[in-house]
Amino acid sequence: MSTGKARTSLLHTGLMHLALIAYTALCLAPVVLVVINSMKSRAAIFSAPMALPGPKTFDLIGFTTVITQGNFAGYFSNSLIVTGTSIVAVLLFGAMAAFALSEYRFRGNTLMGLYLALGIMIPIRLGTIAILNIMVATRLVNTHLGLILVYTAQGLPLAIFILSEFMRQVSADLKNAARIDGLSEYAIFFKLVLPLTRPAIATVAVFTMIPIWNDLWFPLILAPGEATKTVTLGAQSFIGQYVTNWNAVLAALTLAILPVLILYLAFSQQLIRGLTAGAVK
Amino acid sequence: MGSLHLNEIRKTFGTVEVLKGIDLSVDDGEFVVFVGPSGCGKSTMLRIIAGLEEQTSGHVRINNRLVDTVPPAKRGIAMVFQTYALYPHLDVRRNMGLALEQEGIAKAEITARVGAAAAMLRLEELLHRRPAELSGGQRQRVAIGRAIVRQPSLFLFDEPLSNLDAALRVGTRIEIAKLHRKLGATMVYVTHDQVEAMTLADRIMVFNAGAVEQVGKPLELYHRPANLFVAGFIGSPTMNFLAGDTAARLGATTIGVRPEHLIIRDDGVWSGTVIHAEHLGPDTMYYVETEAYGTLTIRTDGDTWHEVGATLSVSPMEAKIHRFGADGRTLG
Ligand SMILES: Nc1ncnc2c1ncn2[C@@H]1O[C@H](COP(=O)(O)OP(=O)(O)OP(=O)(O)O)[C@@H](O)[C@H]1O
Ligand SMILES: [Mg+2]
Repeated sequence: MSTGKARTSLLHTGLMHLALIAYTALCLAPVVLVVINSMKSRAAIFSAPMALPGPKTFDLIGFTTVITQGNFAGYFSNSLIVTGTSIVAVLLFGAMAAFALSEYRFRGNTLMGLYLALGIMIPIRLGTIAILNIMVATRLVNTHLGLILVYTAQGLPLAIFILSEFMRQVSADLKNAARIDGLSEYAIFFKLVLPLTRPAIATVAVFTMIPIWNDLWFPLILAPGEATKTVTLGAQSFIGQYVTNWNAVLAALTLAILPVLILYLAFSQQLIRGLTAGAVK
Repeated sequence: MGSLHLNEIRKTFGTVEVLKGIDLSVDDGEFVVFVGPSGCGKSTMLRIIAGLEEQTSGHVRINNRLVDTVPPAKRGIAMVFQTYALYPHLDVRRNMGLALEQEGIAKAEITARVGAAAAMLRLEELLHRRPAELSGGQRQRVAIGRAIVRQPSLFLFDEPLSNLDAALRVGTRIEIAKLHRKLGATMVYVTHDQVEAMTLADRIMVFNAGAVEQVGKPLELYHRPANLFVAGFIGSPTMNFLAGDTAARLGATTIGVRPEHLIIRDDGVWSGTVIHAEHLGPDTMYYVETEAYGTLTIRTDGDTWHEVGATLSVSPMEAKIHRFGADGRTLG
């Protein structure tokens, strides 16, 4: 009996791992394709797209094009400024709103929570035309601030939703002890609640960052100017109507993966704790 | 050092009235214990005294100062929580000294006060540890130390021993009693535990459903409970209650006899079958099923032995019978 059980569970875990490996391969395949082809010569990209770069096909022409031609460093710093500021704003305001919702009893608390969470279900792109009108009226087209405002609005609902759930779990006694010890509400928020919800904040940071960094839509509509172009938009400049510099496109995309990867590695320990919180005590 | 006056404190959450007009005066240096069933509003009362919760109406005075609008940190109180509530990211020293840091007290003074409290609670060795590296008993001692360091005029305890195991509970209980004698501070203490209430309190306040049933010295509550609720709540195992003819003969609606006031004798007035026996060593409890009065609990010395299924007769000690009227109040 017991061996039979062990065998089925082996089969079970085997199948599970197979599924997970298949899923991982599916997710990684395009990324791997981009990365390996970014290091090949143009001819090799088309003759053998699946092959790894060999001694004959290895070529960094894409990277040199990207770095020398165009304003790639500028695009990159635009992306960093927009994404970085948006994350900070989302985390700061999201955490503050989440703290208020989870900590204080006031009239309309639940209603406010629902209202703030509404954005999770309604995609912000539905409001693109209205947003564009507002941006034009306030002269925020082709500015970093315009994009930052939109991305902050886009990131807040999920941040508030996740963080308020986590903040509810911070012991009420602990906050009360701090109040008796004379900590202000700000001190309780910054010195006690934020450090205790760090895994959740890391999770939100990653989930907020990726869609912003990868976004093509809003940069294209709100900030297509040369001075405010982001990396994803900048990479498109190598895609022409008649000729596309595939080497450069792939190299630009490869470079664009780096910051996400770095952030993910920095947060991954916290992220895993955040995702599994509650699942394992 | 610190007195406490509660005046008609009421508290409603939404439409639920949780506290229904609580009055209390605690003298300087007194140890008052709140007891009562779960959900009767003891913690809410304590949080209102601390200023962590706002009363719907009524007034709180600490040291004869009206503190209704004073924030918790400025009330001259310290509080110890059931869950310890230590700051997880600070070591013991900073946990104990944080309030003083917030008050802007000089470093040297903080070190001295933390050192003194640590010595009193035998925490010197642990000052550099984080809460996660402490046992439950040590954590609670740190929490008590954190309260002492502030030199409050009023200590508030909300079930501080409930998360400790039995042996530690006794040790820490004695520690708190010694602390009270040594500091002479005023203390208000919430507990579920009868033994804690009886051993620590100068006065016990029995809560029930947001109202006070009786306030008195521990033995006063034991010997002269004001009503059925207090009679049933104080004392363990609980008092036996008998209604009907037996009570009527004594001019009462219900009479109560504590298990220790029932004497086993061959010509006892009430008899029944032993359905369960608990031999604790010093005493033995017998649960006797009678036809007329349901189950009676009898507490006797540890040397008796009656098998389950045996028939037992008991008589109450006449002088120890409590008589209650139809409204549940004790008859004089
Ligand atoms: N924030 C709140 N909102 C609504 N109801 C509350 C709130 N806090 C407490 N209550 C209610 O008030 C009542 C009294 O609660 P309280 O915590 O004072 O009870 P307690 O006597 O301390 O109980 P226990 O012995 O279980 O700790 C309970 O019925 C509780 O549900
Ligand atoms: Mg309580």
